[in-house]
Amino acid sequence: MSGRSALALLTRDLRLAGRHAGQSLLPLVFLLAVLILIPLGVGPGPNLLAVMAPGMVWVAALLSGLLALEQLFRPDLEDGTLEQWWVGERSVMALVVVRLFSHWLITGLPVILIAPLAAQMLYLPSHAIPTLMLSLLLGTALLTLFGGLVAALTLGTQRGGVLLAILIFPLIVPVLIFGAGATAAVADGLSAQAHLGLLTALLVLALTLVPLATASALRLNIE
Amino acid sequence: MQTLIEARALGFKRAGRLVFSPTTLAVSAGQCVVVSGANGSGKTTFLRLLAGILKPSTGSIHRPWNDHTGVSFIGHQTACKGDLSCLENLQFQRAFFADKSLMPTMSPIEALAEIGLIGLMRRNARSLSAGQKKRLGLAGLLVTQAPLWLLDEPYASLDEAGAQHVDRLIDRHLGRGGAVVLSTHRRQPELTHPIGRCPMTAAEDAA
Repeated sequence: MSGRSALALLTRDLRLAGRHAGQSLLPLVFLLAVLILIPLGVGPGPNLLAVMAPGMVWVAALLSGLLALEQLFRPDLEDGTLEQWWVGERSVMALVVVRLFSHWLITGLPVILIAPLAAQMLYLPSHAIPTLMLSLLLGTALLTLFGGLVAALTLGTQRGGVLLAILIFPLIVPVLIFGAGATAAVADGLSAQAHLGLLTALLVLALTLVPLATASALRLNIE
Repeated sequence: MQTLIEARALGFKRAGRLVFSPTTLAVSAGQCVVVSGANGSGKTTFLRLLAGILKPSTGSIHRPWNDHTGVSFIGHQTACKGDLSCLENLQFQRAFFADKSLMPTMSPIEALAEIGLIGLMRRNARSLSAGQKKRLGLAGLLVTQAPLWLLDEPYASLDEAGAQHVDRLIDRHLGRGGAVVLSTHRRQPELTHPIGRCPMTAAEDAA
């Protein structure tokens, strides 16, 4: 596969995301809604909120990321553009990586950028914000990778949304534990290196294996 | 004459059963082969195997290129994004399949003019009629110009003028040394070039 094909796919995905801005922004709006509702639900006391902030931002970020996963490959399956990936036996793995990257740009990156605002709303100590953003960078990438695999596996099932959520659940538990743990550690004045190191190791592992597995799962589902 | 694709005793199993009786086919440059058969006889599956979308369960496919570039496949779905305009769809296909273009290609605008959609080039593909979508899909062949075209029911939802237009495109492609494999169950192509036949039968008993 040439770099030109990859670039063509990336620009088309981003252009399409711009065309359905309402759908593309749904995860971000959901994240903001959750973060506004939490203080209303548990009370606006700074002490309580500051303790809960790392976990809350992380849970909201991961759940909002799940919303968009169903749309990762399904529209392409339905309009026939997905099967064209295999015509001419090109490297589908590279196209999978491009698709996951564009998905992360649309759904993951905005979450990272909005995180400082979310942290301020929940009284997270400001010295923990860089760690929150760094851990979200690793975490949203992991969510996109795991989500891509699960979305590809459930592509053959009609309305596989529930199955998708159940399958991805065990995969994102370690991401949540180490991601929220890293932010909480820094907020408490401890080092987050161990947490971030484990997240990075997980990301390297996922980057190596997930595109391969996703390409195979997609192939099963176009037959 | 140069052989563009050769399939030997090609078969595909779905849930452990052969979909169609193993079929042998060789297509050389300048040749058009019509794959015919009743509904459910495996025409689409056979074309998808030739395209490389499916992996054969039995038999083998040989191509003169070591890699599989040089094949275009137009299926029932036209592989166009409804939220992009006709022009944007073709620009994407031209860039995405750039490595297939072993023959001189048309620009997206020339292809739209050729296929009769130039007036609708800014229109979103979603708003096109079924026949216009089919035409847009066929325009994709002109911007990529792979030597081997695999067309699944190219005449479906086209009017008589559109179908004759497809015949002209196929004839010109064959004249340039390309080859076409198409499936149809009603209208037969009317070409100046020779037409080969590849009858297919469902493999209920062969399984």
